[in-house]
Amino acid sequence: MTELSPEEWTAIWLSLRIAIVSTLASLPFGILAAYALARWHFPGKMIFNGFIHMPLVLPPVVTGFILLLLFGRRGTFGPFLADLGIVLSFRWTGAALACAVMGFPLMVRAMRLSFEAIDRRLEHAAGSLGAGPLATFALITFPLAFPGIVVGAILSFARALGEFGATITFVANIPGQTQTISAAIYTFTQVPDGDLGALRLTVVSIVIALSALILSELIQQRAEKRLAAFE
Amino acid sequence: MIEVDVTRTLGSFVLKIAFSNDRGITALFGRSGSGKSQTISLIAGLTRPDAGKIVLDGKILVDVKSKIFLPPHRRRIGLVFQDSHLFPHLSVQQNLMFGRWFAPRGERSIAFESVIETLGIGHLLKRRPARLSGGERQRVAIGRALLACPKLLLFDEPFAALDLQRRLEILPLIERLRDEFQIPIVYVSHALEEVVRLAARVVVLEAGHVKAVGDPGEVFGPAAVQSAESRFDRSSMLTMLVGGEDASYGLTELVNPAGTIWLAGPAGEKGSKVRIMVRATDVTLSAARPQKLSVRSVLEGKVSEIDTEGPLAAVEIALNGGGRLFAMATRRAIDDLGLKSGDPVFALVKTVALDERTVGKL
Repeated sequence: MTELSPEEWTAIWLSLRIAIVSTLASLPFGILAAYALARWHFPGKMIFNGFIHMPLVLPPVVTGFILLLLFGRRGTFGPFLADLGIVLSFRWTGAALACAVMGFPLMVRAMRLSFEAIDRRLEHAAGSLGAGPLATFALITFPLAFPGIVVGAILSFARALGEFGATITFVANIPGQTQTISAAIYTFTQVPDGDLGALRLTVVSIVIALSALILSELIQQRAEKRLAAFE
Repeated sequence: MIEVDVTRTLGSFVLKIAFSNDRGITALFGRSGSGKSQTISLIAGLTRPDAGKIVLDGKILVDVKSKIFLPPHRRRIGLVFQDSHLFPHLSVQQNLMFGRWFAPRGERSIAFESVIETLGIGHLLKRRPARLSGGERQRVAIGRALLACPKLLLFDEPFAALDLQRRLEILPLIERLRDEFQIPIVYVSHALEEVVRLAARVVVLEAGHVKAVGDPGEVFGPAAVQSAESRFDRSSMLTMLVGGEDASYGLTELVNPAGTIWLAGPAGEKGSKVRIMVRATDVTLSAARPQKLSVRSVLEGKVSEIDTEGPLAAVEIALNGGGRLFAMATRRAIDDLGLKSGDPVFALVKTVALDERTVGKL
């Protein structure tokens, strides 16, 4: 019995979709937050930093519950978003939001480090050559920080694949709708004779996780080869 | 032309600088901590002054009173730092072309080929900065700044990290840039030799203030007032005539009514006037005409003043036919020789202490 059932395939595709969408959607915000923390001085920076790191230290269930309070059907922003046609609770989009929030601190940390490692004087040099702040970011800062940005994205992706607590609290465990690999494994372990199913999905999880790590390593190696020059 | 008149306070250090430049190279000269690099930062727009203004070719870059501050990328000022700061992820060619994109179309007056040719970097275009030597990097950095067609170039000790041989190779390039591309250069240095050779105008900074402004002859020449802090770190500026040449030994003869200096290297055409910098520590004194010595450069004069401090003595010599030369010796040596004001003296200059950098054409 090594064949995957259609329900299991659904859970796998759903997990991948949620992880990819949550990573891509949080990427611009992650880059902006990391850049702001690395480069700007503004009042309340410590609080902003603490706020971003909150999901890392809070129990995931708490994060999920807060999301429910904020974005649930009767939550603070729920009805407003529903008017715009965006429903998050008990949908895969809600799972993606939960994963994005949980992965955000990991993403920002990796990116912030890579921004901080860039020699500011390279940016000054670009400025003296006529490049404005946006051009300097696009042509100098972003390419130099690229390896760290990839690491941040991969960490967020991995976190999304493994996310369980916040997701199940916010959007429950509905097969075909919000049941990810983790949730499906959990369900298998709750029924008699479910071990084999849990094992199959476990193997799938390992394959996905390993592939993601190898991919990130390859991207990083290529980027580092190009930057081998960091004088 | 750049006109600077600014003050900036940083802790207990007060920078209060006013100067303007002209065509050619203007050197900001002073010891470390005198405010040279801070002045460069202010001109480049990396820092803001507390008061005053900076004007480039009639355009206001900074005016604290009327709250004008032009950001660095809109100043059209090229920067060359001590470390080249080439972009590591771009090829040499891409580095060189970087600033060109941003220069207004009508103002791209400097041709790519002529810069490549002058700096001799054509064979490096495909390489990455990591695979360049220190001297190559600096040449590419200069080319990159030049190709942005700036209205002013700022050089902040661009060769401080290079060894003497590389410097000797790169100095003629700077002279060619100055003459060929006609972009005024503000050159920060604490290497006296480079300043003497390159600069048309020198701004001497001391503890955040301008101490002297003028051409190197005025600033370092006979009439210059020596500052107290540099009393034992003196150099003299001599005006000499290029005489003969000893091609078989690679020596050039420089003559002056007081005597002859042999220079290990070229100095220019025969009959042309040059100024040469001699450090007081490279001068040896003799009460009698020296014989059977390896030193070949001898200048005659009379002791005009002896200044002692601790074990050291700074001797000022009025050279025959005019000119002033400083020599450093120990106080005991002066006493043993019995030297006093008015005594005739022979000053020996070690040829190997002088190199092409110490010679400036007049």
